[in-house]
Amino acid sequence: MDIRLSGISHNYGHFEVLKDLSLDIPSGKIVCIVGPSGCGKSTLLRFIGGLERPTSGEVLQIGSPPSGCLNPLTFVFQDFALLPWRTVHGNISLVLEDHGIRGAKAKKIITDVLERTRLADFAKALPKQLSGGMKQRVAIARALAVNPAVMLLDEPLSALDSQTRELLIDDLVSLWSKKPFTAVYVTHNLAEAVRLGHLIVVLSRRPGQIREIVTIDKPLADRAYGDQDLEQQQRRLWEIMREEARAADSELINV
Amino acid sequence: MSEETKTNGPSAVIFRGGGFAPKSHRWVGPVVFIVLIALAELGTQTGVITNLTLPKPSDVFQTFIELYSSGLLWTHLGPSLTRLCVGGAIGISVGISVGVMIGLFSYVRAGLVPLVAALFPIPKIALLPLFVIWFGIDESSKYALIAFGTFTPTVVSTYGAVDNVDRTLIRMGQSFGLSWFSIVRKIVMPGAMAGILSGMRISIAIAIILLVAAEMLGAEYGIGAYILEAGSLYDLERLFVGVVILSILGVLMSSVIGLIESRLLGWRT
Repeated sequence: MDIRLSGISHNYGHFEVLKDLSLDIPSGKIVCIVGPSGCGKSTLLRFIGGLERPTSGEVLQIGSPPSGCLNPLTFVFQDFALLPWRTVHGNISLVLEDHGIRGAKAKKIITDVLERTRLADFAKALPKQLSGGMKQRVAIARALAVNPAVMLLDEPLSALDSQTRELLIDDLVSLWSKKPFTAVYVTHNLAEAVRLGHLIVVLSRRPGQIREIVTIDKPLADRAYGDQDLEQQQRRLWEIMREEARAADSELINV
Repeated sequence: MSEETKTNGPSAVIFRGGGFAPKSHRWVGPVVFIVLIALAELGTQTGVITNLTLPKPSDVFQTFIELYSSGLLWTHLGPSLTRLCVGGAIGISVGISVGVMIGLFSYVRAGLVPLVAALFPIPKIALLPLFVIWFGIDESSKYALIAFGTFTPTVVSTYGAVDNVDRTLIRMGQSFGLSWFSIVRKIVMPGAMAGILSGMRISIAIAIILLVAAEMLGAEYGIGAYILEAGSLYDLERLFVGVVILSILGVLMSSVIGLIESRLLGWRT
């Protein structure tokens, strides 16, 4: 299933956030969206996921989601959004219950996704007992449980320290390599973008428009921390963004 | 920098990070009670405190034993507890439902929040004559008074608690396609539970106050009637027995809520 954004514009009152943005998200690829703060990248992601409506333009699904897909457009949030009163198991079963999946069938799915995210031993733990990296892995496991057609990751690693972030990048790469998924990955961190993105979409400052789309052909599994060519890509991206970021930084925030 | 600081040798950094961290000291509460009662006993025994000022705690205890052995304790406590439970249950359950509705629907909020604000400051006891006309002199007017008195604080604390539920969790529920009802039941209600329970502590205290007031105004049996009778005879021992029963009732209710909290809110740090 592909996603097509066509002519997305959005205003908050007089405030233009996004302007005439069109983009295709091909299936099986990770599309990273980077841009200066306040350029509307998270808003764009919420449009794709149907949590907000753009002022004009539309988000289209092309093709139907694969069979067995419970929730085609599935989010992973920056702050994890785990229910603190439910265990790891309970947090994942939460999203299955509404689809009538209970008992042995649910247990099978939950065991599978916890194994894939290396959390099999923590099914009974409460979120307060987990580290930040583990919490985000639970959130990823929860997203995998509904077998999404497109994963929408909203700065998923931004609340984590840099070492945990590295580990989770590896986790995401291995998850993708075992079973490629489509993802839109919003981040302000260019290092994450060059490690995880097949396509990197650079947005301008507000009102957000596409400045450039960079394609990185190197397979995800071959990319590693500190790769020369990735560093170069990252530097190029930063050059595109620098002026935008500087200008964005000197604007008043009013959202 | 002056000469002094240079000549000083190394000194330990002064610790200033203590306090402001509540710790559990279970024994302190009972000790305070025991010390106060012991002081009162000592004062009345020695005559420092006259009998007219304060009855002897031992006499109060004696009166309590008499009340218990005569079987009159249950004749008074039974009706009181029934009134408290029925009135409180009605008030709190209706209050929680209305509070949740206010929290969830903006039209309900716009319509009812001003109304609740208007009802809240009314001393509910002033309405007892009205309730007697509406519901009759018997039990139902007392149920209505207690229900009405617990209703308003419950509504206010409940919608406050619903407002405070983490919006990102609700967003999460929506993003996974959970039904509206599931979001309310599995995300909003558990998230608001802490606030609802702490509101219930206040509601129950108010319920006990109103119970006594209602029973003083017209009841044959009940803790309030017992206190009124003792008071009009200036029988301080019996008056204090009544007061102590009310205190114990309050402590019991509060510990029941504490138990529910530790069962339901164990996930909190």
